[in-house]
Amino acid sequence: MPTYWLVLSLLVLAAVGYVLGRNRALQTAGGDTRALHSLPNYYGLNVALTSLVPALGVLIVWMLVQPVFVDSRVSTLIPDSAVPEDATLDLVMSDVRRVADGLDEAVEQGALTPSEARQLDAEATDIRARLGEVGVALGSDVRPEVLRAAQRYRQLTSVGKTAMSIVVAVLALGGLAWSYSQTHKDFRARNVVEKGVLALLVVAASLAILTTIGIVFSMFFETINFFGLHSWKDFFFGSTWAPNFRGDSELSILPLLWGTLYISFVALLVSVPIGLFAAIYLSEYANGATRSFAKPLLEILAGIPTIVYGLFALLTVGPMLADVFAKGGLLGVEWMTGATSVVTAGVVMGIMLIPFVSSLSDDIINAVPQSMRDGSLGLGATQSETVRQVVLPAALPGIVGAILLAASRAIGETMIVVMGAGAIAKFSLNPLESMTTITTRIVSQLTGDTDFASPETLVAFALGLTLFVLTLGLNVLALYIVRKYREQYE
Amino acid sequence: MTDISHQSAPQSRHAGSLLQKDSRTVRRNRAEARFKIYGIFAIAVGMLMLAVLVYNIVTRGVGAYSQTFITLDVELLESKLDKNGNRNLEEIKKVTTFGYAPLIKNAFEKKVEELGIKTPLKPKDQAAILSKSAEAQLRDFVIANPDKIGETIEFRFLANSRVDGYMKGRVTRESIANDKSISVEQLDLVDQLHKAGVLNKTFNIDFITGADASDQRPEAAGMGVSMIGSLFMMLVVLALALPIGVAASIYLEEFAPRNWLTDIIEVNISNLAAVPSIVFGILGLAVFINYMHLPMSAPLVGGLVLTLMTLPTIIISTRASLKSVPPSIRDAALGVGASKMQAVFHHVLPLAAPGILTGTIIGLAQALGETAPLLLIGMVGFIASNAPDSIASGLLSPNSAMPAQIYEWAKRADPAFYERAWGGIIILLVFLVTMNTVAVILRRRFERRW
Repeated sequence: MPTYWLVLSLLVLAAVGYVLGRNRALQTAGGDTRALHSLPNYYGLNVALTSLVPALGVLIVWMLVQPVFVDSRVSTLIPDSAVPEDATLDLVMSDVRRVADGLDEAVEQGALTPSEARQLDAEATDIRARLGEVGVALGSDVRPEVLRAAQRYRQLTSVGKTAMSIVVAVLALGGLAWSYSQTHKDFRARNVVEKGVLALLVVAASLAILTTIGIVFSMFFETINFFGLHSWKDFFFGSTWAPNFRGDSELSILPLLWGTLYISFVALLVSVPIGLFAAIYLSEYANGATRSFAKPLLEILAGIPTIVYGLFALLTVGPMLADVFAKGGLLGVEWMTGATSVVTAGVVMGIMLIPFVSSLSDDIINAVPQSMRDGSLGLGATQSETVRQVVLPAALPGIVGAILLAASRAIGETMIVVMGAGAIAKFSLNPLESMTTITTRIVSQLTGDTDFASPETLVAFALGLTLFVLTLGLNVLALYIVRKYREQYE
Repeated sequence: MTDISHQSAPQSRHAGSLLQKDSRTVRRNRAEARFKIYGIFAIAVGMLMLAVLVYNIVTRGVGAYSQTFITLDVELLESKLDKNGNRNLEEIKKVTTFGYAPLIKNAFEKKVEELGIKTPLKPKDQAAILSKSAEAQLRDFVIANPDKIGETIEFRFLANSRVDGYMKGRVTRESIANDKSISVEQLDLVDQLHKAGVLNKTFNIDFITGADASDQRPEAAGMGVSMIGSLFMMLVVLALALPIGVAASIYLEEFAPRNWLTDIIEVNISNLAAVPSIVFGILGLAVFINYMHLPMSAPLVGGLVLTLMTLPTIIISTRASLKSVPPSIRDAALGVGASKMQAVFHHVLPLAAPGILTGTIIGLAQALGETAPLLLIGMVGFIASNAPDSIASGLLSPNSAMPAQIYEWAKRADPAFYERAWGGIIILLVFLVTMNTVAVILRRRFERRW
């Protein structure tokens, strides 16, 4: 992999630059560091950073842009007639890439010489078989125009790689030479280096924004593609979720949303009372020892990975519920058909959420001023009356915020529902039936062989975007409420 | 004064002794006691759940650490393995695992005869209580030591997962009524072999160090390779999230001017921390795999996705520890002539380092247990059978990760895999507990209160 070597040589060059710059600065000062404008290390750093940072930046940008550029140039080579009826240009392009990668692989393993690979003829040789020999499996026979495109793809990619190496090397050496020539005892090296470092810090901080933009855009464009293939009315207002990989599927979010909200509701039904009472006891009644013992133990529940809860739902809680409610169970009723159900996932998720509710509420109850409690107790109220009639009403907005945060966690939770909730999308009120959620469907539509041209795959992006908007909205609302509440008592 | 207050003291509405509580007070006190019990009950339920969870994991997972082995003396017949007798490795390799089956069958027959066990089973069915991996184990040994051909060597073979289940009490004579892969006669044989000391349950190091195995051989599956996958992912996360997170926090905490752009970045980071992890998986699939064509299932991609997910956690904790360094330190540095950058990098950052380290470890622990995004970038459904041989292949060749491996086992149909899944969780939790303990110790030891 030449990119590794490129990066490695850049680093070596920077290290060399550091030594050179430092030495030159000392030389111009006649070995007397007091004559320098900055500390000697800054001269070295200046040379190292000037040669490394621009080159590395160009390298990263180049690697991001080149695939798009090559794709757009190559795809013009494929005439519309070459795209089969049941496929799209994207699909043909992925064939092209696979053939190109296969040829590269074959050259690397020595099954083909580079010139042979360039002169292959789709009519004369069976390329599929030859690539099969080196372990590259192709789905179908290679058509001439695909091969031509693949050859063009290889050519452009290798030209791009070479050009990239040259540009990066020139930049690095140029930066080194330029900053080296500037190095002099009166050069304000520290100021320059600090400006450069500050710029790097800004870049790091804006990465958070880039991530958000990446999330929104990656889902937004695919969602638009999806609505080009599938009617948005059916997605938002339809009533059936029935993906069918032969096409003509009904993809409506409503049954999934119902399952999601139902499971989240059950989870909150478990976690809110337990979490809230635990928080009240810990903040109002418990002494220091109990508090420092019970609080961390409860918080362990929040640190356990969700896969553990998922397994617990699938293998312990589900079968236990089935022993009671399913056919031949303890109650002699047949309310459950399998181990997966709304209750299975909901209860387990509720356990996971207990510490979320309890520690957030704990903070909020502690923020209620002591004077309010003292006033109430002074008037003769018992402690529980104080909690119920004074502390809780005062803390209510904050507690609502905490519950909303827990709800947003519940809606976005994946592993527990994937393993515990089931796969049937339906509107039903029976909590012992299995139902499915938005997150489970995202997982099932995007795992395995995915074809990014079919609505059945693209729907996952629309679901993801809905989920993102939903949880983001809940979070913003919750944080707003909590902040407003804090201000009230500050 | 006293007289007046005494006279005008309000009369209690309920006449009677202070020592005898009236019915309303009794009711209120009862309500108080009830309320307190609700609180204790809630905490008890929370703890109980924790206890149940831990009990469940330990009791169901501990079985994965012991495995049933059968000791046999196998004669490596030259006539079967190396017909020409020239010990040519290429020719020895031509003998497939099927060619080794008769050797094991003979060894088994001999062992049973030697012990004087009477069984109605044919030798082929007797040998069926061994794992399907036995032939491969024998073949690997012969290829590694071709000079041993012709000798008789003692081997420890894995028993079949049903036999193992029988030894652990998961499989009983009643439960195998409809099971074609094992019969009651075979279980009788197992009992006799056990009594003779040939078949034993011992500690199974292969579960910790070994690779995953196919659906047919739950007894041979291990966590080792997926642990390496997780390790590489964590390396990527550490190498990217720590520097980027620290740089971002330093900018936001020490240099950023208070303007709308900074506000947007701050709101953004706090919201990113609450985005469901699966959304990061979608991002990874769309950007790293579809757009940048990085390989599916590669730990590098998993690491990148988890980096984006952990960044907000690290930024938030780093900012908190930078904030806790008192301004007097900065002022002192500036006062003796340091630039702002020098004050931050030479004085504030070293003082905040323990807090940053603690936050990073906790972020890494979170990333280690995360599963959902890994499902979308293809780290599940993949049998990680070989350990990577170099750093580049560790990063780029397909692998699994610990939580993804556990999910994979939980999905399979054979209950023998469930035991492995619970066992895998024990390993995962050991890692998490260790990391969190280290974080707590670091905090206790180096935290300074100013």
